[in-house]
Order: sequence, then structure tokens, then C-alpha cells
Amino acid sequence: MRKLKRLAPQIVALVLVLFAVTLAVPGFLSISVQNGRLYGSLVDICVRAAPVALLAIGMTLVIATRGIDLSVGAVMAITGAIAATLVADNQPLVVVLLVSLGIGLACGLWNGALVALLDLQPIIATLILMVAGRGIAQLVTGGTILTFNDPAFSFIGSGALFGVPMPVLIWLVAGLVVGLVVRRSALGLLIEAVGVNRRASSLVGVRSRFLIVAAYAISGLCAALAGMIVTADIHGADANNAGLWLELDAILAVVIGGTSLSGGRFSITASLIGALIIQSLNTGILMSGWPPEFNLIVKAAAIVVILTLQSPTVATALSGLRATFGSASRSNSHEPTGKAGARAK
Amino acid sequence: MMKIVTRLAAASALSMLASTAFAASLTVGFSQIGSESGWRAAETTVTQNQAKERGIDLKFADAQQKQENQIKAVRGFIAQGVDAILIAPVVATGWDDVLKEAKEADIPVILLDRQIEAPDSLYLTAVTSDQVHEGKVAGDWLVKDVGAKPCKVVELQGTTGSSPAINRKKGFEQAIAGHSNITIARSQTGDFTRTKGKEVMESFIKAEGGGKDICAVYAHNDDMAVGAIQAIKEAGLKPGTDIKVVSIDAVPDIFLAMAAGEANATVELTPNMAGPAFDALEAYLKDKKAPAKWIQTESKLYTQADDPKAVYDAKKGLGY
Repeated sequence: MRKLKRLAPQIVALVLVLFAVTLAVPGFLSISVQNGRLYGSLVDICVRAAPVALLAIGMTLVIATRGIDLSVGAVMAITGAIAATLVADNQPLVVVLLVSLGIGLACGLWNGALVALLDLQPIIATLILMVAGRGIAQLVTGGTILTFNDPAFSFIGSGALFGVPMPVLIWLVAGLVVGLVVRRSALGLLIEAVGVNRRASSLVGVRSRFLIVAAYAISGLCAALAGMIVTADIHGADANNAGLWLELDAILAVVIGGTSLSGGRFSITASLIGALIIQSLNTGILMSGWPPEFNLIVKAAAIVVILTLQSPTVATALSGLRATFGSASRSNSHEPTGKAGARAK
Repeated sequence: MMKIVTRLAAASALSMLASTAFAASLTVGFSQIGSESGWRAAETTVTQNQAKERGIDLKFADAQQKQENQIKAVRGFIAQGVDAILIAPVVATGWDDVLKEAKEADIPVILLDRQIEAPDSLYLTAVTSDQVHEGKVAGDWLVKDVGAKPCKVVELQGTTGSSPAINRKKGFEQAIAGHSNITIARSQTGDFTRTKGKEVMESFIKAEGGGKDICAVYAHNDDMAVGAIQAIKEAGLKPGTDIKVVSIDAVPDIFLAMAAGEANATVELTPNMAGPAFDALEAYLKDKKAPAKWIQTESKLYTQADDPKAVYDAKKGLGY
């Protein structure tokens, strides 16, 4: 129940966005089964949200430690390029997956080492790989779009298991695994502690360095998965465009999910809903038939509204309004206090 | 032993003499933007091949997307006293000073694939394609192909506001104007990329009754068309027959799709800008008659009838 209340703003926003799109595009919500797999715009949203959703999982942990990872888009390009090279070289699928994940992990460890061991500011530390990464990816592909024809690897991008498209399964499972690991153990709490006050956490014996490196490593792994999905999806590695600007969408997903950029409390589920909200806006705009000049304006306006509704000031004002009209439920009026209590921790 | 060495030395001296004499015929400096796309890499390769064929000594400078590097390279070419300079300008403005220097040194300058904002007395000519014409060639093909049948077209635009997106849209609309059986049902940007082309096509198919109402897709570049082809296939339709695919650029991958019957037509943005440029230059140096200020390259239409597999084999080595 408490969990549901935490997610309420994100769920309401998602429902509102879907409702608005349905008004503009009748039949938007219909889902059918075609060729043995789920088919419909809602399915498209879940599939197309996969890269940002995966990035958002890692980004949530990094942001919870009071960091930020700008390199994830570039890491997607690198792993995509390497995966495509290996696939084009007829390597077995296991090798492709393991090497690509390994490269993503290495990128994450590099970022983590710069932040945790050398104490560089996260935004600068990860900027290095963000800028250099795309160059590395281009070196790997030789500056061209590296295409391949391999049904096994393409399955990651466009296949389906039990009617559910693979990209959706991948981000659901990744979210579930990471979520369970951090929430069924004390890890999540420790990560939040590091984000709120790294020095204090270290003093009470939390291995904050290790936790920070681990957060960036997971972010690198998630970026590797996302990179493989987009590469498999178009049967080619496009070093120039794979993951371009997706780091910003991932950060936005985390912020829509209500995780503060100054670290501390986080929710992976809320970030995933944030990713779905962003993709619902994207797909909704595509379906609406408006001229493309409006795309970014509509998206920006919707996001301003969503973030405004989540602002603590507005939330307090709203519950104040409710109180004046005498219909405030007990649970609602408790929310601001609850948040303040969590901050003090 | 000694004899052999002297002979070798003499031979190499001779060949050096020969090559310098040959190179002295024409030395041309080429300031390329960089290698941001496959097409640009192909343009560089074709320029080098063209120079080799004609015995022109080509001095190549890669500007890595920076105008200051291009200006530096052009000044370097002037200092070396080359016979002519080719520039693929990265931006349209800021060229006046360096072009004046070239003019004072009496070195003709030819612009490749992009125009600039400078008095046209400062350069010999510009070799570019006509993007509006490219769109028109694509539209004309569709008009001829569908005849009098009604045809609902969806359009994948390039990056919003970019000149190829604006011009290729305009040209296509000019071609289908007056053919009321052809209508553009939906038009969205696919940012010139495969991923976005695929995503946008998916949404078009959903929005237009599962794609059965769509007769053709017109993509502003081949990459988006390749993405759209995958989206059509995954929706259970046959690209090339259920939904016709026409696009622009003629990069190698679209010829593979055409060979498989999944794409119908593409309009070539030729990477051979240097050929016409060298032609104009040689004619100018011979009888000092200045060419027209704009040389338009051919926008050739390729269809499935043009042996796409052979075109693919010819193009794939160009560095696309």
C-alpha cells in the first residue's frame, strides 16, 4: 500500500498521457494477437521504451548515490558496434552476449573508478566517456553502418517469447532482478545512505566506494543490454546515432520517477514508469498525425506539467486545498511529513 | 653487384622524374569536411579515384567538421601553389577572406556538394545536386508506377528543419501535385536514422488500419527506408509489393533490399561530385572559359530493373 502511494503520481501521469492520446487517436489502446505475438500501440510503447527503461534502471542507482552517468548513450554505441562486429564475424551468440556485456561492465567500472577512487565529479567523469565513446564506436565500425544478417542475434531486438516481444522481457527481467537485489537486501538502503551523506556512511562502516563503483557498473551493464537491443532491432550498428541523447531521456525518466538528483531515496519501479511515460508521449505524438515541428514542443509541455504536479510545493498546496474543502483524507495530509521524515534520515 | 645498384638508382631516378613531370601537369588541393557519414566517405574515395584516373596529384585535407581547419587547409594549398582547390564547405558563411586570398593567388576554387553565402565571383563554380529535383524524381516514379489507381502515401521526413528534409519534401509534393489519386496521408520525421525510421513506420502502420491502406512509403533517405522495410515485414506485410518503398541517396544497403524485392526505387545522390568538377576545371585551364556558376549533378533513378545486385557490388567498395 505504501509502495502504491509512492508510485501514485507516476501512475496517474501515465494514465493521463494514455488517456489524452486515446482521445486524439481512437483505437490506440486496442491490443490483439497477430502472428503469435501481441500487437498494438501499447505493445509498441513497451518495446520502444526498452532502451530508456534499461538505462533508467542503472541511472536510478547512480543518481541515488548522488552521481550521474552521461556516458550511457555512448556505451550503447560501443557495445552495439562490438556486438555487430562479432555477429558479422559469425561468432556464436553466447560469445557475442558475454563480450558485449563485458565491454559494458568495463565502461561502467571505468566511470565508477573515476568517481569513487579518483573523486572526480560524476558529471565530468562520465562526460569523458560520453565524448570519447562515440569515437571508439566509430573506430570499431569503421565509420559505416555495420549490417549483419543473423536471426539468432536479431531475435533480441525483434523476436518474441510467449507472445511478448524480447525487448520488453529484457527490461522487465532486468528491472525485477536489480529491484529485488537492492530491496530484498540492505543494499538499497546503503546506496541511499551513501547518496545522502557519503562521509557519514563511510564513518559508520558502509563501503561507499564499492557501492558507487557497483552502481556505475550496473549502469554500464544496462547500457550494454540497451545497445544490443537497438543493434539487433535494425540489424546493424549505427555508431553515429545509436543511443544518441538517450542519456538525457534516461535522466528524465528517473526524475519523472521522483528520484531526486541530489541523491538518496530512489524507486526503480517509478523510473520504469517514467520511461513508459516518455515513450507514450513519443508514440502518441507519432500517432496523432501532427506535423513534426510540434513534436518537441508537445513533449516539453507535457513534461513540464507532469513535473509541476510532482513538485513538493504544488503537492502541499493541493493537499492544503483539499483540507480547506474538508475532504482531505488522513493519508494524504500525512504525505509531506512522511517525505520530510525520510529526508531527515 | 654495384652495377645492379646503379641501375636501380638510375631507374628509380627516372621514374621519379617521370612522376614529377606527370604530377606537374595538375596539382589539386581538396579540403573535405570529414567523414561524418558513409556518403561522405564514398565522396572522398570517388574524388581520389577520379584524380588518379586523370593523373591529377590530389592533396587531401580532412577538416574534422571544423571550418577553421578548412580555412587553414586552403591557406596551406595556396602557399604550396596548387593549380586548383576543391572545397566541400562545412558551413555556408565565413569564406570571403580566404577565397579572396585564393583569387589573388590566381587559384580557381570549386565548391563540392554544398553552396556558400559569398559573392560568386570568388569561386569558379559549385558542383551540387538539386535536392528539390531529387524529391521530384522520386515522386515522378511513384506517379508513373501507380498510374490512375488511388494511392495513400506515408512520408518519412529527414531531420525537421534541415535543408534536405525541406527540399526533398517540396520536390515530391511538386511531382504528385495534379495527381489527385495520390495523397500524403501521414508525414513525420525519422531523423534520417534507421531506428527512428522503423519506429515511425510502426506507428504509421498502426494508425492506418494495420498498414493495409498504405500504398507506398516515401523516405527522405535510404536508411529510414531500410528501417521502414523492417517495420513493414514485422507487421506481416510484404515491403515492395503490399507497400511500395521509394527513397533517396542510393546507398549500397538499399540495393540489397531492392535485389530482394523489398524496395522499389531510389534516387541517387551521387558521390561523384569531383568528376564534373575536374571536367570543368580542365576545360577552364585549357581555354580560360569560365563554366556556369552552378553545375547540377545527375539525380539518377534506380529501380529493381537496374540489376541492383551489380550496383551493390560496385558501390560497396567505395567506403559508404
